[in-house]
Amino acid sequence: MTVRDKACRVIIHIFLILGSFAMVMPFVWMVLTSFKSVTEATQMNPFVFFPTKWRFENYIDVIKQNNFLRLYYNTFSMIFWRVVCAVAFSSMAGYAFARLRFPGRDFCFGIVLFQMMIPTQVFIIPQYLMVDKLGARNTVFALVFPGLVSAFGTFLMRQFFRSIPAELEQAARIDGCSIGQTFALIMLPLVRSGLVALSIFTALFAFKDLMWPLIVNSSTDYATLASALAKIQSAYTVKYNILMAASVLAIWPMIIIYFIFQKQFMQSVTTSGLTM
Amino acid sequence: MTGGKKKVKINEWLWGWFLAAPTVIGLVILNIIPAIQTFYLSFFKSGDFGRGNIFVGLENYRKLINDTQVWYAVRNTLLYTLLVVPASVFLAAVIAVLLNKNIKGKSIYRSIYYMPVIATPAAVTMVWRWLYNNHYGLINYILKQLGLNPVNWIDDPNVALLSIAIISIWSTTGYNMVLILAGLQEIPAVYYEASNIDGANAITQFFRITIPLVSPTLFFVVTTSVIQCMQVFDVVYMMIDVARPSYDSTVSLVYLFYNNSFKYLNKGYGSAIVMVLLLVISIITVIQVKLQKKWVNYMG
Repeated sequence: MTVRDKACRVIIHIFLILGSFAMVMPFVWMVLTSFKSVTEATQMNPFVFFPTKWRFENYIDVIKQNNFLRLYYNTFSMIFWRVVCAVAFSSMAGYAFARLRFPGRDFCFGIVLFQMMIPTQVFIIPQYLMVDKLGARNTVFALVFPGLVSAFGTFLMRQFFRSIPAELEQAARIDGCSIGQTFALIMLPLVRSGLVALSIFTALFAFKDLMWPLIVNSSTDYATLASALAKIQSAYTVKYNILMAASVLAIWPMIIIYFIFQKQFMQSVTTSGLTM
Repeated sequence: MTGGKKKVKINEWLWGWFLAAPTVIGLVILNIIPAIQTFYLSFFKSGDFGRGNIFVGLENYRKLINDTQVWYAVRNTLLYTLLVVPASVFLAAVIAVLLNKNIKGKSIYRSIYYMPVIATPAAVTMVWRWLYNNHYGLINYILKQLGLNPVNWIDDPNVALLSIAIISIWSTTGYNMVLILAGLQEIPAVYYEASNIDGANAITQFFRITIPLVSPTLFFVVTTSVIQCMQVFDVVYMMIDVARPSYDSTVSLVYLFYNNSFKYLNKGYGSAIVMVLLLVISIITVIQVKLQKKWVNYMG
């Protein structure tokens, strides 16, 4: 390595470290503020960077007053059912569209493509009216409702099934497997990485979504972490230490999951990008 | 056709229908019929409690054309997209190119840059609101220490949209970076080796090899980012409530749709607004696909 190369690398590292700092700083500030008192948080002269005393009371306050356990339950039930539905129905339909011939196949696949091209806001009012008519507002079912099926998931799984060589499937069929057995026992295990990617996408989308839970579950007992934050913000307005504690409570589960399954998170992004 | 063959064929049909049925039926109920209903609703004025919709023909659309807020929303949404997409894609591309040089700690950098992507926008916006705070915010504090004038990030109508765009750039760069990095890794090393022998320098290589070969990925990144930006809601909703002085200069089409449909409960007018969104997105997508032929290279 020449001197010039080395200098070049140092400059790249400096640039990347500065960028990393910009990425991490808001999170650090969120955590630091969440442990301060209001006076400490708003003290500018002298400037307080670290809290003098780490106030866990802020967290206890916000958990008690906003029933965070309930919010975790609502959010993760919604995520669980949406992932189950997306994985089950999308892999079934994706397989049918990729590997089977049946009348109406292209028309049905056209419906999948149509949904993917239309912005989701177009569906929201009628979806809300349906939930309302079913008397299902303020339930976990209402949160799951628009995610019962997934056009994106179907498209993604179809791409995965198409990439598997046909010989494997033919061999299974000759050995006497039915179509259902071939799908469930031979093909499904081969698209595991697709199923993981779809699960991560579905979970992350549901976790971040704000508008739907805001509309359909107005009761705080059925809010998700995201939609509860909107209410907490208008209730506490300037108590930034409490607001930051609520934010930390809302994002830590996904941060932990992300650091455990980092590799899968990255792969889910790249596979979706490259199969489209 | 023999009876056996026919039986096999019908068997395949039945399985096909059976496997596709949940998704297809679900999409028809949840998406196809609602899309038609929204279009239909846009010709009605919603009565109280959603009862007694009154047919008003094109009245909602006439109102919409004369509604300055709709025009503000179209302008804000387009301006926001123009601020976010180029900055986010450019930064993502620069970081991806640097990380692609087998730099030490590559995976650590990658995970750090991706972190904002997984955080809930509602929480992220709350933190940024705090950073942007006029009196106690960290950003204005730093500006003051540097001897610069503090900025009214949230309430100044000329600045607020930029403040929102900065949050979005911060939270989407990592996602685009991962995609572009994957695209870069697909480029065979032989191209670079061959051009090294021909004496090409790093800059020529970047413009003659890297950019053309990664252009399909860039196209994907740009089109998906544009569509997402056009639907911006969370950040604006969490940052600017209706009473703020900067509302008119930040309200997005989807935010306006939300307010009209679910706050003022006029779902007919809300439906008309969402039709405008659909129209704008369609026009932009057509333009992008047309322009694609000029710069995207699919030789790979």
